[in-house]
Amino acid sequence: MSNIGLIISALLIVGGLLWLLIRSLTGREVERRVIFIFIGLAVAVPLLFNITFSEKATPIVKGIFDKIENLPEGSKILVSFDYGPSMAPEVEPMSNAFVRHALAKNHKLYIMGLWATGQSLAASAIENVIKPEFPNKVNGVDYINIGYKAGNQGVLNVIITDFRKLYATDVDGVNLDSVEIFHGIKSLKDMDLLISVGGGFPGIKEWVLFAADPGNIPLAGGSAAVSTPLLYPYYPRQLIGLLGGIKGAAEYESELKKTYPDRFGDMPTPGIKMMGPQTLAHMVVMAFIVIGNLSFFFAKRKRK
Amino acid sequence: MANSRRISQIILAAVIILFAVSWIIKYFALQNEGVDTWFSIRDAFFITFAAFLTLAIMSFLYKDNPYYKFAEHLFVGVSAAYWMCVGFWSTFVGNFIPKVSHTLARFFEVPPKDIEITYFIPLILGIMLLLRLSSKIGWVSRWSLAFIVGTTAGLNLIRYLRTDFISQVSNTFIPLLVDWGGVGPFFSSFSLSASGQFVMSLANWMIFIGVFSGLIYFFFSKEHKGFFGGASKVGIWVLMITFGASFGYTVMGRVSLLVGRLTFLFQDWLGLIS
Repeated sequence: MSNIGLIISALLIVGGLLWLLIRSLTGREVERRVIFIFIGLAVAVPLLFNITFSEKATPIVKGIFDKIENLPEGSKILVSFDYGPSMAPEVEPMSNAFVRHALAKNHKLYIMGLWATGQSLAASAIENVIKPEFPNKVNGVDYINIGYKAGNQGVLNVIITDFRKLYATDVDGVNLDSVEIFHGIKSLKDMDLLISVGGGFPGIKEWVLFAADPGNIPLAGGSAAVSTPLLYPYYPRQLIGLLGGIKGAAEYESELKKTYPDRFGDMPTPGIKMMGPQTLAHMVVMAFIVIGNLSFFFAKRKRK
Repeated sequence: MANSRRISQIILAAVIILFAVSWIIKYFALQNEGVDTWFSIRDAFFITFAAFLTLAIMSFLYKDNPYYKFAEHLFVGVSAAYWMCVGFWSTFVGNFIPKVSHTLARFFEVPPKDIEITYFIPLILGIMLLLRLSSKIGWVSRWSLAFIVGTTAGLNLIRYLRTDFISQVSNTFIPLLVDWGGVGPFFSSFSLSASGQFVMSLANWMIFIGVFSGLIYFFFSKEHKGFFGGASKVGIWVLMITFGASFGYTVMGRVSLLVGRLTFLFQDWLGLIS
């Protein structure tokens, strides 16, 4: 099925691109809606035929994987859901992969969000990942969702010294002093690893500025592709690793599957599945750039 | 004019019919999966409505239209209301109430804390901010705004100076020959792996040349001629490659969002993929 899909995709796209090339070289205008149709097809066809490619973790992704892997059992990992539904298709696979990995290694998981929408998406991760895949993990003992607080970087500035100044309860209204997972936890400095998943403001950059650097706490990030280039300068000294866009998520998923084939062999891999349409869409965009330049130089030569 | 109105009415009728048909088909599909009748009606409606909103937003690619406007306005309204509600329950009820009134804390069923008088300061500043809605005493809100701007600027100044300036300068001081043990060991253990000595050294050289030439490009006190001009040209190339990488990442991000919506349409709505 996948091979037939690949052939159909290639025929559709290559045929269409040739038509575009001929049309633009003969000086006829190509409407922008044609470009949209091409991108739509380049994404839809591989999705329908489930075209996927193999992924291998790069050092920047492996850095996070190895960190979670090598932390002693019961280490405290905080994952911050700093995104909304508009970013979810891209970064949700990352947060789900982090949650899976942390719980599979029996670490304690602390979930929060600097975005109001992150609170609901964290609840969705608990419902769709933690409860069905880790039924023996107990809320308040193995994981906790303390939710969102308004204040952007101000929140980090407070919880770097004391969680309870801002967080009196978890999202369900349970007093933090009464939950086992919070015994002995005073501030962010008690965490062994911080992970921020997002791509806007406040996000990974604020975590570097207001938590990781002043508290000297290891920080990892999962970022939407748009913000990724701005975060690379922090790697490797201020960020132990970074998942850049859906490619980063796919690499992390493949590493999880490779390391734990029995446990995660059948887990959903939206990141890997998205890389098929991604690859074809990128090839189409590259072809557009080549066609655009060819027609430009051809028209220039013709004018001379 | 009358013709275009008629076309609009036909399109509206088609949208309503398609919506109803989709709702009914989805209802039966969910029933077949063993979902309870009431939940099937509700879920079928929400999935159909979500599909309608997705298509309404995508219809902007053709041209601006009332369906796009409807979806856009709904999104803005729902987002604003959502942020306000979450802010109220998590911050106002969760943080403020327990520290200013035990009676209110019991009313909202949150654990009361020791009363802190200082919490009335942000309350007053918040009320002052809302006075912006008044045309007569709207100027009062500037005091709160000044407080917000001043605090944020003060906080950011220190943190940016340390993390984005001092630490970033320090990050640029990197060895140009990573783990150098001489020419012999370099060639005997030569590898093109990403974590190998050669690639790591090459990456550090790229950082060094990129930072150096980029800084020269933005140094305007000396004319860009000779070696300086050459380095400045390299700086332009570095900048262009950076913009290209940013564009590539942006394309990847946007395609991911499109994949996300198409996955919803094909999987949850149409049931074409599993």
